[in-house]
Amino acid sequence: MPQPDDVVIALERVSKNYGAFMAVDEVNFTITRGEFFSMLGPSGCGKTTTLRMIAGFETPSAGVIGLEGVDVSRVPPYKRNVNTVFQQYALFPHMTVWDNIAFGPRSKKVAAADVRRQVDEIIEVVRLGDFAKRKPTQLSGGQQQRVALARALVNYPSALLLDEPLGALDLKLRQAMQIELKRIQREVGITFIFVTHDQEEALTLSDRIAVMNEGRVEQIGTPEEIYHHPQSVFVAGFIGQANLWPTRVDAVADGRAEVRIGDTPVAGSLDGLSLQPGDLATFMVRPERVRVTVAAPDATGASMPCKVIDYVFQGPVVRFALQSPDGTEVAAFVGADEQLPLLRPGDDVWASWDRDASRVLAAASPIPRPNAHDPLPDSRGVQ
Amino acid sequence: MAWLVLFFMVPIWYLLRTALSTSDPSGNTSLVWRWANFSDSWSAYHSQYLRSFWYALLCTIFCIAIGYPLAYAIAFRGGRFKTLLLGLVVVPFFTSYLVRTLAWKTILQDDGPLVRVMRDLHLLGGQGRLLSTSWAVIGGLTYNFLPFMILPIYVSLEKIDPKLIEAGKDLYSNSFQSFRKIVLPLSLPGIFAGSLLTFIPAAGDFVNSALLGSTNTRMIGNVVEGNFLETLDYPSAAAISFVLMAIILVLVTIYTRALGTEELTV
Repeated sequence: MPQPDDVVIALERVSKNYGAFMAVDEVNFTITRGEFFSMLGPSGCGKTTTLRMIAGFETPSAGVIGLEGVDVSRVPPYKRNVNTVFQQYALFPHMTVWDNIAFGPRSKKVAAADVRRQVDEIIEVVRLGDFAKRKPTQLSGGQQQRVALARALVNYPSALLLDEPLGALDLKLRQAMQIELKRIQREVGITFIFVTHDQEEALTLSDRIAVMNEGRVEQIGTPEEIYHHPQSVFVAGFIGQANLWPTRVDAVADGRAEVRIGDTPVAGSLDGLSLQPGDLATFMVRPERVRVTVAAPDATGASMPCKVIDYVFQGPVVRFALQSPDGTEVAAFVGADEQLPLLRPGDDVWASWDRDASRVLAAASPIPRPNAHDPLPDSRGVQ
Repeated sequence: MAWLVLFFMVPIWYLLRTALSTSDPSGNTSLVWRWANFSDSWSAYHSQYLRSFWYALLCTIFCIAIGYPLAYAIAFRGGRFKTLLLGLVVVPFFTSYLVRTLAWKTILQDDGPLVRVMRDLHLLGGQGRLLSTSWAVIGGLTYNFLPFMILPIYVSLEKIDPKLIEAGKDLYSNSFQSFRKIVLPLSLPGIFAGSLLTFIPAAGDFVNSALLGSTNTRMIGNVVEGNFLETLDYPSAAAISFVLMAIILVLVTIYTRALGTEELTV
């Protein structure tokens, strides 16, 4: 547990409703000093509203937002020591890069000499020294992004809030900016709160991730925990890809649940979830943990005979779509260096996985599509 | 180009010829290249010139004072009524300019309800009037040209991304500071355009002074009208028009320089 004076931001049962619509529903979390914290979820999951409440643009309907130990729930944004990097940057078009960055310190009535020193310092951190006299419209997207960062960082806020800051950039630039963001965060040591719908971005950048859905936090954890130990079907489906089979618990022993996938009896780790025999459940295996072999395998988990339905060669991996005789569909990603003969649709193979690859989660339906770039309009009922 | 020659250069040429002519009392002109017509027009009518620019300046200031808050309210607080409110600004144009100014004559007349109430409240003396005062003329000008101020300011305010105001507040500026440092500079192009659209026609206006004013409020437009239509002194009227045009051109140039054209291209 973090020390109390290391907590920069604490949300306690924070809710926001617009009429009958609950945009944010009893969200709790704490963020410690220097942490890179991400809120990840599909559009409409409440992540941006939560960020706007921390910034002060929205007032919570209920709950308390603590900043450095002080309740700021009803403090206006210009009196909070947090700064935002907006999605479309929102740079002031009538000011030069330098004046944009100096806006915050000048509003705080910092002495002119100190303003000059602070701005010149941060402008070097974001490597924009040569562009100080330009107007924002004369800059590329990536440069505008860095001005927005500098304009916020120059104030040395308790926390920097980033609202999908890389969303407007193309893929190449986005990857470069991810590295840049991480470097800047290490250099200035400021707490970053990052909102994104891009799971890869969140996994790459974050110390901890809060996965949100339908206004609620589904799970908070390190990228590894979120990926390897999802606590809900939503998290399992939203982060990475997963085989998710709805089933029912037959028996529970040693923290593992025995279930049935089609006709095949299998078992998976409960990872602390308390499920009872008879409960509806979902059995999960990541496709990259599924092995495809021609001969009957010697796996520690489970194996089932399948037919190849389709496969796609993608360079580093080959994606297989398999089907067992009882109709169960299995997705498998096989490394390109696996010694496999050329397989064609209709060939007989075995799908298998190790004991530690499988998980049993509480049931949820409908199962979300495992595509982070699409909003998930049908994810109602995910608990 | 041909359009410009036909409808601008040709009339200007005829006006210039007339301005350099002399005329007999029946209105016949003969071109004698009399350049002194210009200086004569200034020395004879300089008080009307100065009054025109003074009235036009006050009218522009009042239009900004009334029009800016209105445009601001429509742009940022209008919500779904935006179009309706803008429509209400434009609706008076469905009635002729003359009719609307005549209506003001009725409202401001000596035995009208407004004067009576103001006399009862001792805002006006027992014999105090509204009609025929310079304030009636300036008020009329302000009323008539207000939409030309509201619309360009509205357009420039409407273009401002609300996120910029949020960014200002996020960077420690309260509402007033955000307005002064972000909204106001970004709406300068609208104020600039609106000022030109009110000041120039107001300086040349004669209807408001003729209907709402008296001989003491005669503007340069009234002089031009009188010389053209009543005394038939065409050269003098043409010369006045030229001098008016020249002065306005100079004033607009100074104004543009002062506000800075660079700011206007944002």
